[in-house]
Amino acid sequence: MIIKVNNKEMELSSQASLQQLAETLQMPDKGVAVAVNNQMIPRTKWSETILQENDQVVVIKAACGG
Amino acid sequence: MQLQQRYNRHIILPEIGEEGQMKLGKAKVLLIGVGGLGSPIALYLAAAGVGRIGLVDDDVVSESNLQRQVLYTESEVGQPKVICAARRLQALNSQLVVDTFPCRLTGENAEELISPYDLVIDGCDNFPTRYLISDVSARLHIPYIYGAIREFDGQVAVFNLPGGKTYRELFPETETSQMETPPKGVMGVLPGVVGCVEASEAIKLITGCGEPLNGKLWTIDLKTMNTFLFSL
Repeated sequence: MIIKVNNKEMELSSQASLQQLAETLQMPDKGVAVAVNNQMIPRTKWSETILQENDQVVVIKAACGG
Repeated sequence: MQLQQRYNRHIILPEIGEEGQMKLGKAKVLLIGVGGLGSPIALYLAAAGVGRIGLVDDDVVSESNLQRQVLYTESEVGQPKVICAARRLQALNSQLVVDTFPCRLTGENAEELISPYDLVIDGCDNFPTRYLISDVSARLHIPYIYGAIREFDGQVAVFNLPGGKTYRELFPETETSQMETPPKGVMGVLPGVVGCVEASEAIKLITGCGEPLNGKLWTIDLKTMNTFLFSL
């Protein structure tokens, strides 16, 4: 199954949740927000969010500069 | 100076018109932080004819600010930012009323500082101040135009509109507490790009033109020019 992560294609061997993707990508356990198909998904819902073919995942870093 | 002439390029836009320009003239905006983001925000809102701008910042101009904080000049290094900014903004627009608050926004003064204004616009440089702005402005039902930058990345959203979202819904405090300290480096034009988008959202909210970033987050990465619009 092919998905896109930050505009780059990525192959997933089997069905995976957003939580599993976060673990695969070793995403930090703080300081990020994640969107699937332009909808933000709170961290509390990552486990129940199952990724589908062609999903577009974008990881946004928390920013505090000004 | 004739209003008609000075703001002609706004007034001839059907979406703004004379009515929108009058609304700008009556608007009161509080800008928290007059640094990288605050510089273009303040300049463009003053140029646009916003009637009253409050500036909150306790910092002085330093040499390393000049790479991106376009409000300030070499001769102002060491001087309080709100004083230099007020001088520059009033030179640009003598009709503008500037309120200067050379202090930090704190739990004690936030409500008093924010409540007289129609909207709050974000030029600050830390998470705790953003939570404070968000909490107090949400309680007062005052729209909060959020903007933040990091290296080459920027983001903007509008919070507290009816049916909208708050900053805490984008980044709960659990997400930002004890996170790795973000890097200090920043491409100089980044706050220009992001601050202008914040100023644009302010002008849209005040005049009622277009669709504000209500419940949406806009992001840009200047390295790739990837830009996204997310629903929160």
